[in-house]
Order: sequence, then structure tokens, then C-alpha cells
Amino acid sequence: MSALRVLVQREDIDVGAELARLEALGGGGLASFTGIVRGEGGMAMLELEHHPGMTGKVMRDIAEQAAERWTLAGVTVIHRYGELRAGERIVLTAAAARHRHAALEACAFLIDWLKTEAPFWKKEHFADGRSAWVESRSSDTAATDRWRP
Amino acid sequence: MAIDLLYFAGIREAIGLSGERVDPPASVARIVDLVDWLVERGNGYVAAFADRTRLRAAIDDRFVDLTASLAGAREIALFPPVTGGAA
Repeated sequence: MSALRVLVQREDIDVGAELARLEALGGGGLASFTGIVRGEGGMAMLELEHHPGMTGKVMRDIAEQAAERWTLAGVTVIHRYGELRAGERIVLTAAAARHRHAALEACAFLIDWLKTEAPFWKKEHFADGRSAWVESRSSDTAATDRWRP
Repeated sequence: MAIDLLYFAGIREAIGLSGERVDPPASVARIVDLVDWLVERGNGYVAAFADRTRLRAAIDDRFVDLTASLAGAREIALFPPVTGGAA
């Protein structure tokens, strides 16, 4: 039985504390992915909207799928919403397991799946006042598809 | 039967509402029918649903195809493809 930790929050993610929590589960190791807001093209602020009634359920479902697929001691999935600046953390996925392959693969699965399945939408606000919704990319869908049976 | 609609991202902005309660006629059986019915209102609805290839939907917090039936639905969310995560 894996320890699942799923959070949708406005606040910053304390990566050190989150990884320490997974380390304490007594697995052989853990893998993590931290997503950081890019500041390309004069982007001043990234607005992250989500479907509040649905986000937590979808993320928990993704975490449960990882826990079913690999033998894991724990899974942590945290996604932020609200207004984020370049350099800020936006998402953390992490998996603890007895063996490295399970931890590494589960972590990659979690972030690929999250990108195409969790109901978040990004809008870029630029320094000159322009703003635009980020469009989904077919490469992201392909990244998720590689995990399908 | 009254249904709660939720709009997100560009669709919310085009319509100018984050949600509304609607009472479509019985002929509106599927999500696509609902969208056609909403588009008849004109204005922002036309712009919001101009590109159906970029329209996604959820019924009561579950992703569904646009051909899904509205039978028993309490809440329908309409939104563009999701863009969460990073890098």
C-alpha cells in the first residue's frame, strides 16, 4: 500500500520537506521532478487556472494509477495554481520505491500524465501588456501515449 | 431539466462568464447539441465554440467525448485542451 500525497495549492512547494517525507517511508530511493516557470519571450507572469471540483480527483487518480503500475512506498503530486513568476516552482511529482527503476519510471509517468490529463490552463502575461493562453502540444500527448498499454 | 455549466480559460473569457445555469429543450441530448444550442445565442458563444477541435468537456467531473449524452448530468464543464505541468 503506497502513501499517496496529492495537493492543489496556491502556495509555493517546499521540495526539501516533501522529499524528506518520502525518504522517511523507508524505500530504497526516490525520484522527483520539479517544474519551474520559464521566463522566455518577455513573459512577466504566468496565470494558472484550474477546475477546482475536478483537479484533485484527477490528480489522485493519476497517483493511484502509478501506485498500481509500480511497487512504490509513496507518491507525491503537488500542482500550484494562481499567479506565478519566472523561476517559481509550478509542479512536483515524486515517487519512492525499493528499486530505482520503479521510482524513476513512476516519476516520469506522473509528470507526463499530469500535463495532458489534469484540468489546468496556463495564460502568459507579457511585460508589454499582451497576454495569451498557452496551446496544448501534440508532443505532450505523445509523451502520455507512450505509457498506454 | 436545468444543468449547471462551467467555462474555463479562453472559453470563459469569450463568453464572459465562469458559469451559468441553463434549461435546454429536450432535443438537446448530447454535449455537441448543447454547444449548438448555446451558439444560437450569438456574441461570445460563437467565438468561444468556433473551433470544435479545440473543445473538451467533462460531465460531473469526468472527461467525456463531445458526443456524450447529457442524461443524468448535473454539471457540465467546457474548456480547451489542458496545459498544466511544466517544461
